[in-house]
Amino acid sequence: MRLHEYQAKEVFADAGVPVPESRLATTVEEVVEAVADIGFPAAIKAQVHVGGRGKAGGIKIATDEDEARQYADEILGMDLKGYTVEKVLVEAGVDFENELYVGITMDRGEGEPVAMVSTEGGVDIESVAEETPEAIAREHIDPAFGFHPYQARKVVYDAGIPGDIAGDIASILSTLYDLYESKDASEIEINPVMITADREVVAADAVMNIDEDALFRQPELAEMEDEAAEDDLEAKANEYGFDYVRLSGNVGIIGNGAGLVMTTLDLVDHFGGEPANFLDIGGGAKAERVANALDMVFADENVDAVVFNIFGGITRGDEVAKGINEALEQFDEIPKQVVVRLAGTNAEEGMEILNTDLVEVEATLEDAVQQAVENAQEASQ
Amino acid sequence: MSIFVDDDTRVVVQGITGGEGKFHTEQMIEYGTNVVAGAVPGKGGQEVAGVPVYDTVDGAVEAEDADASVIFVPPAFAGDAVFEALDTDLDLVVAITEGIPTQDMAKVNKRLSETDTRLIGPNCPGIITPGEAKLGILPGNIFESGDVGLVSRSGTLTYQVVSNLTERGIGQTTAIGIGGDPIIGTSFVDALEAFEADGDTKAVVMCGEIGGEDEEQAAKFIAEYMDTPVAGFIAGRTAPPGKRMGHAGAIVSGSGTGTADSKISALNDAGVPVGDTPNEVAEYVEDFL
Repeated sequence: MRLHEYQAKEVFADAGVPVPESRLATTVEEVVEAVADIGFPAAIKAQVHVGGRGKAGGIKIATDEDEARQYADEILGMDLKGYTVEKVLVEAGVDFENELYVGITMDRGEGEPVAMVSTEGGVDIESVAEETPEAIAREHIDPAFGFHPYQARKVVYDAGIPGDIAGDIASILSTLYDLYESKDASEIEINPVMITADREVVAADAVMNIDEDALFRQPELAEMEDEAAEDDLEAKANEYGFDYVRLSGNVGIIGNGAGLVMTTLDLVDHFGGEPANFLDIGGGAKAERVANALDMVFADENVDAVVFNIFGGITRGDEVAKGINEALEQFDEIPKQVVVRLAGTNAEEGMEILNTDLVEVEATLEDAVQQAVENAQEASQ
Repeated sequence: MSIFVDDDTRVVVQGITGGEGKFHTEQMIEYGTNVVAGAVPGKGGQEVAGVPVYDTVDGAVEAEDADASVIFVPPAFAGDAVFEALDTDLDLVVAITEGIPTQDMAKVNKRLSETDTRLIGPNCPGIITPGEAKLGILPGNIFESGDVGLVSRSGTLTYQVVSNLTERGIGQTTAIGIGGDPIIGTSFVDALEAFEADGDTKAVVMCGEIGGEDEEQAAKFIAEYMDTPVAGFIAGRTAPPGKRMGHAGAIVSGSGTGTADSKISALNDAGVPVGDTPNEVAEYVEDFL
């Protein structure tokens, strides 16, 4: 789960990381009120999970009230790479001389966290990592012992941070690791940390991703989850407890097991269609869960046809068939053509139960996907 | 022959009294696995599916001479359960549990490096040597004994590929699901190394997916050290960057690392044909044999 910038900054500020004064706003009038308190210049920043917000026009600096009003009007409601901006963060502008990068993430190859510092802040750190990897200093952290203060100092010095602010940056980095550990973050970064003319350091942006598997022990962060969801359907998926990702195509996809669902998406593409979503009902799903999955995919207006692919291990074909019947028998007219493929545990029992007046059935994964792609093409014509 | 598990493997089930633990213990026994004990704190002295339960893994191992464990403990307590297993000197620990916090696994991973125990998983379907033993939740009936080793990050995708193999009359030496999490015990390279050393394994299938660099490491290993032919499959070609595709580990980072393209070209460069569909993978294997 990725927190919005304003949510991450609240967490940072509570932990003592210096952040600019700011207010969250959802209307032009709220923006105008906020700048009246904060003063000028003020940054108006779209709160959506999109990289390169600034370049895309989602961040503007207002120098007076008219500009603030104009930019707020432009940004609120704008479409930023497919996401509608509903909230903006109004923040005191920082007059800076330098921009740094600090971050902590999990190094999967090493199986331990790594702290990173660079003087090349303010730009996409991943392109820095590709083009000039030596510009990023790294220090691995033994998760059993934690982040020693000397390690924070070392990585700051290794990065070539000027001596007068090295202590401040090391202290921010230590705080970030405390948050990383105590909040079960998977990634935490400030890009940029701004250095002002008076040699003050300020976190101008904030990224914090939380390990979804740890939300059970992070109740405060779990509460932020709904607010962090960008999309009504994704919010609905959270409610049902599905692994769901919305995509831009028109073939709805439901299956069991992440690898097999991903493969089904790939096959839709392979046969010339475009996947509308990733939806994994998980292992051992009962009829009700199956019906909920169909309900979710039908709710996506982009979907023109659906493929339902189950290879049962702990999931039972008869339960799946019951769920499909339940979901479809409530309609006078089936909203979208559904192709079903059942294999594995109790697949034969499932095929006996399945109401084949309501769905098409295919025996193999390839045939099922191909049929759904054709159905979608026909329906969209 | 086989790798990691066979007829002689003596298994303790951690979490045997829970719904999943009990059901799959029965399934494992029915398949012929030597399940010798269960371990659940506070449930010592009970019996599940005819198997004696002990309060601790240590107690179970001591009394029943177990050498492997399968973990069906809920995610909040599973990290602790793996630590308990690792402190008991077992040869093999298979963690089925899905959803263990990554930071718990980072600590487990550290401890693992100090022991001689092999960990498979977490968030995996387990391991099966057809006709001998299965440790985990794989549906035994779809597997056949044969010449092909299979290693995969995903459970149901494994079943799909196995059924494509079985339709062609191709059986397996051992099949391993290594799990879909960012931090796992046994990697592709570990499994490939064992299959290469196994005289009976004539070909290997590896099913990878987006995220991380395990498949790229595997490609390097295959190019340098393997004579046994390998066919591959990579799931997640159509996954957009920054979105977790179900598995915690299946995510393409913003800069494009961990993409399907990078994995497919690394495997192709190592001489590994990568199927566009699971059925194509089975065709490649048929050509190898």
